[in-house]
Amino acid sequence: MTGTDTTDERPLLSVRDLTMTFPGRRALTGRRGAPVRAVDGISFDLAAGRTLGLVGESGCGKSTTGRMLVRLLQPTSGSVTFDGKDISRLSQGALRPLRKNIQMVFQDPHSSLNPRQTVARIISDPLLVQGWSAADARRRAADLMELTGLIPEHIDRYPHEFSGGQAQRIGIARSLATNPRLVVADEPVSALDVSVQAQIVNLMERLRAELGLAYVFIAHDLSVVKRVSDRVAVMYLGRIVEIGDKKSLYEDPQHPYTRALLSAVPLPDPAAERRRERIVLLGDPPSPAAPPPGCTFHPRCSKAQDICRTERPLLRIAASREVACHFPGD
Amino acid sequence: MTAAPPLLEVRDLRVTFTTPRGTVRAVDSLGFTVEAGRTLGIVGESGSGKSVTSLAVMGLHRAGAEVTGSVSLAGRELTGLSEKELSAVRGRRMAMIFQDPLSSLHPYYTVGEQIAEHFRVHFRAGRAAARKRAVDMLGEVGIPEPARRAGEYPHQFSGGMRQRAMIAMALACEPDLLIADEPTTALDVTVQAQILELIARLQQERGLGVVMITHDLGVVARVAHEVLVMYGGRAAEQASADALFAEPAHPYTRGLLDSLPRLDTPDDAPLPSIPGSPPSLLAPAPGCAFAPRCPRAAARCTEERPLFVPYGDGGPRHDVACHFAGARTPEEAVR
Repeated sequence: MTGTDTTDERPLLSVRDLTMTFPGRRALTGRRGAPVRAVDGISFDLAAGRTLGLVGESGCGKSTTGRMLVRLLQPTSGSVTFDGKDISRLSQGALRPLRKNIQMVFQDPHSSLNPRQTVARIISDPLLVQGWSAADARRRAADLMELTGLIPEHIDRYPHEFSGGQAQRIGIARSLATNPRLVVADEPVSALDVSVQAQIVNLMERLRAELGLAYVFIAHDLSVVKRVSDRVAVMYLGRIVEIGDKKSLYEDPQHPYTRALLSAVPLPDPAAERRRERIVLLGDPPSPAAPPPGCTFHPRCSKAQDICRTERPLLRIAASREVACHFPGD
Repeated sequence: MTAAPPLLEVRDLRVTFTTPRGTVRAVDSLGFTVEAGRTLGIVGESGSGKSVTSLAVMGLHRAGAEVTGSVSLAGRELTGLSEKELSAVRGRRMAMIFQDPLSSLHPYYTVGEQIAEHFRVHFRAGRAAARKRAVDMLGEVGIPEPARRAGEYPHQFSGGMRQRAMIAMALACEPDLLIADEPTTALDVTVQAQILELIARLQQERGLGVVMITHDLGVVARVAHEVLVMYGGRAAEQASADALFAEPAHPYTRGLLDSLPRLDTPDDAPLPSIPGSPPSLLAPAPGCAFAPRCPRAAARCTEERPLFVPYGDGGPRHDVACHFAGARTPEEAVR
């Protein structure tokens, strides 16, 4: 059993046993450290027009996963099937015609836009790669600026002339240029001011509805992920520990890590904060270079038993979703 | 008989920078107090002036910044002190921790040496006593095996452990006031919860006054007794945390709270959002800095700067800088 969606139709994106192992860092002595398994056999499906939220803390492998989905990284093993075709092993040349269907939005809008290119150039670049004429690409760029809430008259300006929120709109416009069916967004709002985040979240939701996009929305902020996702996968140290429908996952988390994560998020409500029972985890997430044996969460888990220290729990159904825990629920 | 002066009292603080592109008034007409054992949360976005305020209070503002107004610690005026006099207060009576502990720790010295050094400077303690103090402090902030970890270098610590070490250093001289500038922003949420808990415990044990500077309204709701919301270098609203979150009177505060995606509310309706971006301080408008983004703005708002004045029925302090404090637009009223 893997993280399959409940719809009958063929998923747009299907990920199976996806793994990424990075070689260990070379020390001054010339010896390599142990290889780091950043993503360790994850599987999920995503239907067209839906959003999967990928949450977890730093080092959990969520960004590496995103980069494998768009093939900025070649997976060590496992498959990424997009619209029925496994893209995990395709050559760059064979990938090119597919690239227009899968695009990415990055965290820091300013550093992901070339400062020496005008907005016209930035947005139309993916189109030129796909063989559009310069005039057509420019017209399309202006339309996309309008679509993403920018002023088309600003098309010949440079990125530094835009605020953070506007720059992220440019990044989104660029990602939409080729009419993709899937957008992988890696922390698209976390570098933005709080008052601007809602604008971008709303924009992404509107675009999804209007264009029928599917998103993989990668973020550490559980409140934002709850807002935008249909389904949510919680990652810990390279593995999915819980995946399921958003509502049930947030209302009744089954994995002890999901529970701790949710209880750690401060609510903007002092009265609710005083009432709340908090699960404060001990210690830090372990290094993916030296993962603990058994369940990788066991050193921080208050429910850990002997079996958790020796046997890795697999994802299995618990309370209408999948949980990788020997003792799900309470 | 007069009441004891507040632990920290800031009055009419102004911080001005001269840049090649013009004069920037980063902080303007700001005033607040912090009492022992209490936490003031200062909330704002980029350019709101919250970090400049904390640096000015510490006397750590950049050379070239012009600071006027009054900052007094337990009744002692700090503005106008010489660098030498200020050094004796800074780190001793008031201490500060920052967002990125790695940039505040020296990479060439062990964590223990750095804490000990800090203690020796202020207390003229011997090496052995200072070293013992460092180990004790590391233990107190929850670092396991403090004696061994004191001998390690900052890069051997995780992000959360480094922030604990910074807190240990800040509190080694038993200051009365701790200024924490986005202390958990770089940390994972489970580690953030640990650090906030640690600060709250130390505050209770030592009666520390805390200024918590953050962009995160959730963090403020968790730790602050009083909240000051800054916008464009000025105070927009200040109230007890309960009043501010229950009855925000400034349209900016209300807009911020409404626009937050939240764990504890349903998310079927679109998120209300504030249009536009935070203002540039280079060319401040004559009126209210928030007017261009405000749903409530009228002609008066773009012409006349609202004063920061008491709001409501004269209960606990609740000050707002808005010509239409508390008034809601029809759209807001239905929410």
